[in-house]
Amino acid sequence: MTETTQGARPSSDSQEISEVFRGSADGSTKLKPKGTVKGIEAASIPAFVAGEELADLGDHDQRIVVLTADLAGASRTADFQARHPARFFNLGIAEQNMMSVAAGLASTGLRPYVSTFAAYAGLLCCEQIRTDLAYPGMPVGILAHHSGMSLGYYGTSHHSLEDLSVTRAIAGLTVVSVADANQLRAILRASLSLTGPIYIRLGRGRDPEVYPEVPADFAFGRAIRLAEGSDLTLITHGAEVRPCLDAAEALGRDGIGVRVVDMHTISDIDATEVFAAAKETGAILTVEEHNITGGMGSAVAETLLEAGVMTRFLRAGVPDEHVLLGPPAGLYAHYELDAAGVEARARRFLSA
Amino acid sequence: MATAVCNAAPIPARGTAERAQLVDLLRVKAKLSRRETVRLTRIAGAGHYTSTFSAAELFAAIYYARLRYSPSDPDWLDRDRFILSKGHAAIGLYPLLADVGFFDPIELDDYTRLGSMFGDHPDMRKIPGIDFSSGSLGHGLSIGLGMALAARISGRAYRTYCMLGDGELGEGQVWEAVMAAGQFRVGRLIAIIDRNQLSIDGPTEELMGVEPIEDKFEAFRWRVNRIDGHDLDAILDAFTDLDDNADALPQLIVADTVKGRGVRRMELDKNWHVGNLVGEDYDDVMAEIDGGLQPLLAEVGK
Repeated sequence: MTETTQGARPSSDSQEISEVFRGSADGSTKLKPKGTVKGIEAASIPAFVAGEELADLGDHDQRIVVLTADLAGASRTADFQARHPARFFNLGIAEQNMMSVAAGLASTGLRPYVSTFAAYAGLLCCEQIRTDLAYPGMPVGILAHHSGMSLGYYGTSHHSLEDLSVTRAIAGLTVVSVADANQLRAILRASLSLTGPIYIRLGRGRDPEVYPEVPADFAFGRAIRLAEGSDLTLITHGAEVRPCLDAAEALGRDGIGVRVVDMHTISDIDATEVFAAAKETGAILTVEEHNITGGMGSAVAETLLEAGVMTRFLRAGVPDEHVLLGPPAGLYAHYELDAAGVEARARRFLSA
Repeated sequence: MATAVCNAAPIPARGTAERAQLVDLLRVKAKLSRRETVRLTRIAGAGHYTSTFSAAELFAAIYYARLRYSPSDPDWLDRDRFILSKGHAAIGLYPLLADVGFFDPIELDDYTRLGSMFGDHPDMRKIPGIDFSSGSLGHGLSIGLGMALAARISGRAYRTYCMLGDGELGEGQVWEAVMAAGQFRVGRLIAIIDRNQLSIDGPTEELMGVEPIEDKFEAFRWRVNRIDGHDLDAILDAFTDLDDNADALPQLIVADTVKGRGVRRMELDKNWHVGNLVGEDYDDVMAEIDGGLQPLLAEVGK
């Protein structure tokens, strides 16, 4: 295992993990406990803007309600609680109850957003999501934070490397993966016009910037082409978008033209963009922080094969195993999901 | 247009002529629920007779005496909510929803047929009058808690009723909801447990004991009342006794019932959880239901 921490991810993994449950690193939140942790840089959890964005939306939209299951700090939904305390409920460590409570709230015309670790949102609660949210079409937003293996050495119990496979099989559920703070804001705004539930897969809140401002033209099911090239397309989502962009840049310096596509909507793969990638670049490497079985890569493969489109194709992700124990940066390096790893895998793929 | 609200008037006091009339009406409606359960089951080829029969008096009292709703405006925002968390008893509820006017009773003839509104478990998107889809045991009370919290946020005065089975208490999510309802003190959330003594594989206390139910709920900060769930006067008294304060403790009515009540061959017989009556058996059972509730075989000696 390579102990590299290069790439765009911060190096202080242990410190990051240790602050998950406090959730407040920028000093601006009222939740910050007395006796703060030294050495944490200000504004070091830039992507966790859901609480703040929902609070802003909630200033004008009285239907918005926010719920958490004892993770108000970790999800920063406390930012909503601070501004709209009457429309915030902390259900304690009882995630399945929280999902169904949200269903009851939504049935009266409210717009609830629930938040918990993706491992519990997408896996523990998948039946409540199916039966109480998707089947009756309840417009509930599920903030599934700390997805993938971003909780590092917390281990498999806290990882969600199967959640996309599970959630994308649920009819009537929009499934999106979020790359950064600005995209999250756009998704939250767009989610208010949905008539059914949405599973919003979030990283660990430290995801580096991809979108310098809130994308004005965000639309579910419409992928975003972030880099252009003619030799290979990296189709990716969520926390892998930034490493893919960095890898594309590195490959570009060697004359390898790489297209990068943010396939943010997993439940509604943008087939046009997939076909264009096959036709115009002749090679597709899907990259995601997920088990390679059943995730976005599988969805892209289904899209291609059913249309009879043949192209060079490879899925990058976590192999079908329970991952090693280690800090996040170490895990991303080991599984070639950091920028250097994506670059190396792309070179092997193209030279094979 | 003013919404025509059912059960807007208070329940008449015990001992009055109005009360006696109401109880007579409810008795007729409980028979309707049982008769239609038998008829619709024959359409489907199999059905949950016994889980429905235990709840027949409760269904009648809820829909003809207590719940405030408007059949001409099923989505009326201020209506009381009813969640049938034990969704497999829906076959006994559909006929009452038709009878009060949510839809034409002739629709029931399509029960469980391909493309029908009516499945074994109720779908709120298909059936007017169903406040939430159910079927997966353990979910209903959480959904009811959400509805009750919504009333608090929105400043509405409706009550939320949720009927659970006794075997359903084995689902862990029930206790998550019980705990949370006590924490949030949602007085207008009312749980009703159809304590019919049996789950699929046998008596609950032999299989997975649920007693003492009152102690458990009281420990979780609920107010509990326990009644004979086939005694219509007792059910009406329990409704009258509910605390209507929105910040009161959440309230539970444990209704002691008999699985299969009203058809003696089915009483407390686990083999009738799912069944299908045909021929003479069908006619005999219909006649028995028409005769009204008789003393339990267990009480008169088999």
